[in-house]
Amino acid sequence: MRVSYKWLKEYVDIPVSPEELAEKMTMTGVAVENIEYPGRGLDKIVTGRIESISPHPDADKLVFCRINIGSEVLQVVTGAPNVREGQIILLALVGATLPGGKITKAKLRGVESFGMLCSAQEMGLDPKNFPPDQQEGILEFAADTPLGVDARELLGLDDVVLELELTPNRADCLSMVGVAREVSAVLGTKVKMPEIKVGETSEVIDGQVTVTINNPELCGRYVGRLIRNVKIEPSPVWMQHRLQAAGIRPISNIVDVTNYVLMELGQPLHAFDYDKLRDHAIIVRKAKPGEKIYSLDDVERELSTEMLVIADPARPVAIAGVMGGLDTEITGETTSVLIESAYFNPASIHRTSKTLALQSESSMRFAKGIDPNGCLLAANRACQLIQEMGAGENVKGAVDNFPVPRDNAVIRLRPERTALIIGIEVPASQIREIMIKLGFGVKEDGEGFLVEVPTRRGDISAEIDLIEEVARLFGYNNIPTTLPEGASSEGRKTIAQTVTDEVIDVMTRCGLTEIITLSFMNPRVLDILNLPADNPLREVVTVENPLSEEQRILRMTMLHGIFDIMSRNTARKNKDLAFFEVGRIFTPVEGEKLPKETLTLAAGVMGRTKSGWQTGAAEMDFYYLKGVLETLMDTLNITRYNIAPETANPTFHPGRTAGIELAGNVVGVIGEVHPNVTDNYRLSEKVLALQVNLEELISAVGGARKYSQLPKYPAIERDIAIVVSKDVLSADVNRIIRKNAGQLLESISLFDLYEGEQIKEGYKSMAFALKFQAPDRTLTDEEVNTIHEKIQKALQDSLGAELRA
Amino acid sequence: MRQKLESIRNDALKEISVASDLSQVNDIRVKFLGKKGELTNVLRGMGALSADERPVIGQLANEVRESIEREIEQKMSVLREAEKLAQLSRETIDVTLPGRPFQIGKRHPLTVVLDEIKEIFLGLGFEIAETPEVEVDYYNFEALNFPADHPARDMQDSFYISPGVLLRTHTSGTQPRVMEKRAPYIPLKVIGPGRVYRRDDDATHSPMFHQIEGFIIDKNISFSDLKGTLLVVVRQMFGEDRQIRLRPSFFPFTEPSAEVDVSCIMCNGAGCRVCSNTGWLEILGAGMIHPNVLKMSGYDPEEVTGFAFGLGVERVAMLKYGIDDLRLLFDNDKRFLAQF
Repeated sequence: MRVSYKWLKEYVDIPVSPEELAEKMTMTGVAVENIEYPGRGLDKIVTGRIESISPHPDADKLVFCRINIGSEVLQVVTGAPNVREGQIILLALVGATLPGGKITKAKLRGVESFGMLCSAQEMGLDPKNFPPDQQEGILEFAADTPLGVDARELLGLDDVVLELELTPNRADCLSMVGVAREVSAVLGTKVKMPEIKVGETSEVIDGQVTVTINNPELCGRYVGRLIRNVKIEPSPVWMQHRLQAAGIRPISNIVDVTNYVLMELGQPLHAFDYDKLRDHAIIVRKAKPGEKIYSLDDVERELSTEMLVIADPARPVAIAGVMGGLDTEITGETTSVLIESAYFNPASIHRTSKTLALQSESSMRFAKGIDPNGCLLAANRACQLIQEMGAGENVKGAVDNFPVPRDNAVIRLRPERTALIIGIEVPASQIREIMIKLGFGVKEDGEGFLVEVPTRRGDISAEIDLIEEVARLFGYNNIPTTLPEGASSEGRKTIAQTVTDEVIDVMTRCGLTEIITLSFMNPRVLDILNLPADNPLREVVTVENPLSEEQRILRMTMLHGIFDIMSRNTARKNKDLAFFEVGRIFTPVEGEKLPKETLTLAAGVMGRTKSGWQTGAAEMDFYYLKGVLETLMDTLNITRYNIAPETANPTFHPGRTAGIELAGNVVGVIGEVHPNVTDNYRLSEKVLALQVNLEELISAVGGARKYSQLPKYPAIERDIAIVVSKDVLSADVNRIIRKNAGQLLESISLFDLYEGEQIKEGYKSMAFALKFQAPDRTLTDEEVNTIHEKIQKALQDSLGAELRA
Repeated sequence: MRQKLESIRNDALKEISVASDLSQVNDIRVKFLGKKGELTNVLRGMGALSADERPVIGQLANEVRESIEREIEQKMSVLREAEKLAQLSRETIDVTLPGRPFQIGKRHPLTVVLDEIKEIFLGLGFEIAETPEVEVDYYNFEALNFPADHPARDMQDSFYISPGVLLRTHTSGTQPRVMEKRAPYIPLKVIGPGRVYRRDDDATHSPMFHQIEGFIIDKNISFSDLKGTLLVVVRQMFGEDRQIRLRPSFFPFTEPSAEVDVSCIMCNGAGCRVCSNTGWLEILGAGMIHPNVLKMSGYDPEEVTGFAFGLGVERVAMLKYGIDDLRLLFDNDKRFLAQF
């Protein structure tokens, strides 16, 4: 809402500067977003009359004019095409500073020039705010305009415009009078309502217009007034200036009046060409199936049966509250006008305007709710202005169909409740004073106040709304700061929250950096991740109204985020990447409204570890990432998990991938990413990635750790080296060793793995260090030797292992 | 004999004094005190002495031995010390060479800020609640007192999944979701952090961002408690000399409602580019929980009251770290993330 300070002062006394007013309004709930000074920089521009025009001796396209600015006559060279003798124009004098630069005394091809003729654009003004014939070329004014008048005064730019940022509840401030009321409440000064008196002819409206409301639930009131002998002309300059300040383009007197009253009183009006209304009958009804209308913007619109229309017996003539129809538009030939001033159901207008993607100053106000008790007043105001400016004559009386009257609300306001909510006792006298300043009626009984709220404040319907009024006008910054008393509470994280934080901690300690990516994906990602048509991950949650195809589906895997960020970093020449993300993935659930959201961890590494002058960089391979996973499991005290080969995950390398299993369930995957996938992401190096269901990990987290006694007796260590077939898994060798070693085996660790020379093709050599220990005694060599032999035999028997010396 | 002993002593002491390393000193020991050493040789001649002289010479010989031994000991300790120093000096390294690099990852700056805010509220006795990101209309709007078909819903343009199901536009749904489960329990102190989604994508808006909702429900909770709590939080977040300012605003689920400004953390209120010369930075929205919201989720608004607030995490992170472009937070450039 743009508020002209000059115009506002017509309705309320403002003893403070615009800046101070803005500050006070902002601090009481009607925020002034911006203060505009439309005349700033437009000094030294005055009216002048072109007395004579002579061709420039040396330039075809230039002429030189003698311009009378009252105090003197100046010579100006111009290339403006539309100059005429006798024209009143605006002349920027030497010293004026226009957006295009400073005006100086100049010589144009040898002829001296003392200024510049101005167009709207050259003065930095928006041409759209001017009548159509003034939008291009130099501005031209009526022949009786005095000479030497300052442009700011002439154009009504000696003003300040406050731009209000209104919250949706304050629809009452969508008018000058409404803002004036708010200013009055804030400053404590008086509101001066315009005096509304309608001059009427002897012709009466009865029988000239009929109004039928078929849907009173959607149209609570419909007022019509008829105006005869209409002469369509431009509206008076003062009205044009006010509309311009409000950001509305002047069109013609009748349309301008409807817009003026809209801005002044907040009541949207519509003007029909009366003679084009069939039978002079207005029917307010819902649109019929398939019904169409050409709206004022010359677009054919298909209406749905939910939409309210204003119709005559033949056809719809307006989309109620949203936009008028082209057929009954006011034109230069219009002689009789029907002014509509109605109240429509806010939700219905909101839906229609949203469905048609058509928002206007009118629809916006109807959708937020206007005052049904203001309809007649606004229609009368329009008639008054039309008559005063000689644009038409008012037929006596109005049609006023008011099927759903609304009374002022009477609301109880308890001072002690007010004190409880605000936290400070506001004296009853001050509460009363605030209510009165707002223009509300106040009565007092034993239990507090009974406040009568006028229907223009549709946002106030309960005690809490009144308490808010008290709080904001008392001043939020006059309210003290206290801390809640009452019982103390325990602030702590749940186990899941603690574990999640711990996961992030472990991942960073392991050298991976956290990323946060959007939850959206392009459906193409399903192909990019190499998922076949029948893959269950193709069941995705789809966004109905995404901003772009990139954001069409919700992620059902976190891996895309990792690969995508690797890809972007690679494009920026960032190498050696190690990322992880913790977030939710989304999977649709049959028969449920909401998808399943699963907290998930994903990680990916590519390239080499940090290297220094002492230590070389190590390739971040499968075992690097597996080490991260093992560290994570160890930190979370999860011991019973299993890593088993997984050959069927289409996103991963079939021979370099494993499932992460907890209690027999696969809860994640770790492996080298399939080369097709890395190619799709334009990643030229191997990528290792993992994804794991964090909720499963959280529920598997081991309990509190228990200390186990440090060994009292020495351990005995033995190495065992075997040659086995290449496809024997390390885990299988481990299992056989453990099974045969019994209780005394303390630990196994692989310390060497070798393939190549001296080992036959298809075989590998593995060397393990075994540590034996007993809690209650020193082991003897014989004991250990027996076990060791048993192990060796078992490895030979079950794996065909060959022992190495 | 006496003379001989004296001359041995003199010779030994002289040699010790000029010895320059431990092996020389050792040689001196052997030469004078060894089994075949000079002193031993002299003592072998003791048999030839008279009974009177023997004890006298014996004592002298002992004195000579002791003084040589003492001298050797002293010399050796000096030499050992020098040796050690020389050794240390030979071991000098270039301490200006870079250290061995450890690969440590970083938390995302949004996580760092979220963690900090969570800690502040945990300290104030709040618990942390997590609620769905894909939400039904009821919890995102209706239970928060948003009327159907009301322009207030347009403030938050939503992504829809299906009719009545949307990506939550704010974390405020935490209020009804938690209240419904816990009513009529008091005191209820909860924060709800998480991702939220709005149909906006430009230089200053991301279609996904993070908020933290917070609320308290108890007997006698007032707007002044809201002010006091926010002041504590803002000071922990941005420093003890911060001020806050509340401006009346509107949210369907709180009343009275406020926009909360903090005195500019860059210019301390003097006015600068960051605060558009106002001295204040808008940091969060807050208010007293609307009685309708309490009622719908099972609390009696005549019995208890509450306040609620919502904080944009990206905004805090950008202010805290001086990040001037929102998009950096979701670009995840390695060089950017390494800075936190």
